[in-house]
Amino acid sequence: MKLLLKEMAKKEDLLSGGHRACTGCVPADVLRQVLLAADNPVVATCATGCMEVVTTIFPYTAWKVPFIHSAFENSAATISGIETAYRALKKKGKIKDEIDFIAFGGDGGTYDIGLQALSGAMERGHKFLYVCYDNEAYMNTGIQRSGATPMGAATSTSPAGSVIPGKRESKKDLTTIVTAHKIPYSAQTAPYNWKDLARKVKTALAAEGPSFINILSPCYRGWRFPMEEGIEICRLAADTCIWPLFEIENGNWKLNYKPKVKKPVEEYLKIQGRFRHLFKEANKHIIEEIQTEVDENWENLLQKCGETQ
Amino acid sequence: MSSIVALTGNDAVGTAMKQINPDVVAAFPITPQTELMHKFADFVANGEVDTEFVLVESEHSAMSAVIGSSACGARSMTATSSCGFALMWELLYVAASCRFPIVMAVVNRALSANINIHCDHSDTMGGRDAGWIQIYSENSQEAYDNTIQAVKIAENPSILLPVMITLDGFIISHTTETLNILDGKDVRDWIGEYNPKRSLLDIKNPFTIGPLDLQDYYFEHKRQQAEVINNSYDVIVEVGKEYGKLTGREYDLIEKYMTEDAEIAVIVLGSTAGTTKEAVDILREEGIKAGMIKLRVFRPFPYKELREALSNFKVISVLDRCISFGAYGGPVFNEIKAALYGISSPPEITNYIYGLGGRDVGIEEIKSVYYDMKRISEGEKVKDYINYLGVRE
Repeated sequence: MKLLLKEMAKKEDLLSGGHRACTGCVPADVLRQVLLAADNPVVATCATGCMEVVTTIFPYTAWKVPFIHSAFENSAATISGIETAYRALKKKGKIKDEIDFIAFGGDGGTYDIGLQALSGAMERGHKFLYVCYDNEAYMNTGIQRSGATPMGAATSTSPAGSVIPGKRESKKDLTTIVTAHKIPYSAQTAPYNWKDLARKVKTALAAEGPSFINILSPCYRGWRFPMEEGIEICRLAADTCIWPLFEIENGNWKLNYKPKVKKPVEEYLKIQGRFRHLFKEANKHIIEEIQTEVDENWENLLQKCGETQ
Repeated sequence: MSSIVALTGNDAVGTAMKQINPDVVAAFPITPQTELMHKFADFVANGEVDTEFVLVESEHSAMSAVIGSSACGARSMTATSSCGFALMWELLYVAASCRFPIVMAVVNRALSANINIHCDHSDTMGGRDAGWIQIYSENSQEAYDNTIQAVKIAENPSILLPVMITLDGFIISHTTETLNILDGKDVRDWIGEYNPKRSLLDIKNPFTIGPLDLQDYYFEHKRQQAEVINNSYDVIVEVGKEYGKLTGREYDLIEKYMTEDAEIAVIVLGSTAGTTKEAVDILREEGIKAGMIKLRVFRPFPYKELREALSNFKVISVLDRCISFGAYGGPVFNEIKAALYGISSPPEITNYIYGLGGRDVGIEEIKSVYYDMKRISEGEKVKDYINYLGVRE
């Protein structure tokens, strides 16, 4: 698949500017990149969350594609109904266009409250792409911890206190959970690598059945880093192997990026205020724990992908 | 063409759904709705409908899926009961507020805890303010007729609201009765094709639905929604008349039984209306001027019709198959009292909560309500305005 930035730049942006996302919002960029990569017309839905809220304040909308928001936990169920209606009306000859269906959800709406609806939709085999913009906490409601929040991170419901130093539990491995549904395509990517992201969206939309892409989407308000650094943080997440880029096509695991030199996790943690407390002497063991977990996960992934260290 | 068949309430609604042949049906099993969807699944499996059947993983997703499909202009239906209905609650509001003409059969069942699979109206009464039109059925015939009419009411271009039709769990859903059913083609011709103005699949005319709506617009949108459901009285009556022309069975917002010269009357909805009619017949033989008002449509609430119908009685008793904890009486009682406030010489009104969790209510118990009313009409002072019928205390 040949992808040229020059060509993609000529395409109409399907998410208009002027929406209310924060300056430097990576999730908003993820939405644009995903929509730009789609070749067919798209019908989209989004779970309640930052992206739904900032793009649809009545009487305005940033969506240049048909868009519905229903609730927080039902993005996958809503798209199930849409895709089913499409099949029903196409069968009757009422619809002729080829249309792609994309459901968006943040990590709260996907890892947590929307997991049941996502699992159901995957199991039923609807042909649609689910995109999780993972910013690792409930950002829209004020940075509360979610199942996607990494160990050690301070959030408003897992603050760095004098007794409890941030979130104590590990991040849920959602991409593997979704892959266990034996869907034709699932992947992880991050928007610093636009080519990887665009290719994955195209592959996902071409799949005969449900597909899923988990996209790391840093939030500078929640993660506490300079607003212009979101994309660099994504790069560091890949270079530290905290957020590896990989895909699973029909059961075959493939690694898409292997850093030449695997950076230590400190590189990623130290520029984010949510991990600041980990650098206190008393908490440094948590950084070691994070490194151990990242190493184990990376080893495991390499093995699944048939790669060597 | 019509034929007389013997069907349970669930099968009657399933048959109506087959004849409607919706584009999309979403379903999740819950007793006592299950057999309705078994019936429909047979129709799907045997190619008797064109419907795309989505077997979702919860009622929350059932309602979410029909919200998605209805937004695409697909004629969409589902069915549920009790806790399943409660799980849908959030989406009931979404469906109504987005003006999606979804039709749902609710087989009434008590809510947990304690878990109980039998009939009362706590489920649908709990959803009475969600913006749906609510039509209650007395028997299988009405459940069948209401299902077909619901499609026509919901899809009326000036309404576009979801409609729930209800049937009492087990009492109607699992009881075989004889009923008249139409020919499938007549049903489809009568309801017509559904071709809405807007669809999410119209990619050339994209629009956003379900946006963030804040202090500056939300209130106006709610005001408009109130206006729409208030405008649906006429459509419901008109559809009931048209259906009468088609079948000989005309429907109105309320049904009056032996009310012409009646001095005392029960107001009731659902299957107990049938039992009450029997009781009225017996009381008439005893020389008691008893009547009954059946509330068929609870939302929108037919307050004008009730004001007119109830003003001449001396005493009325409202039967509520639902308990409204902490309230002064059941929901039907409360609304009727409110509707009658301000009329000159209103009847005395008492309330009887009955039949919770499927507790059987028989002719003798209904008769006891009339005897209570009779004594009050003869001058006895009302002892209790809120009463519990058929409970051990």
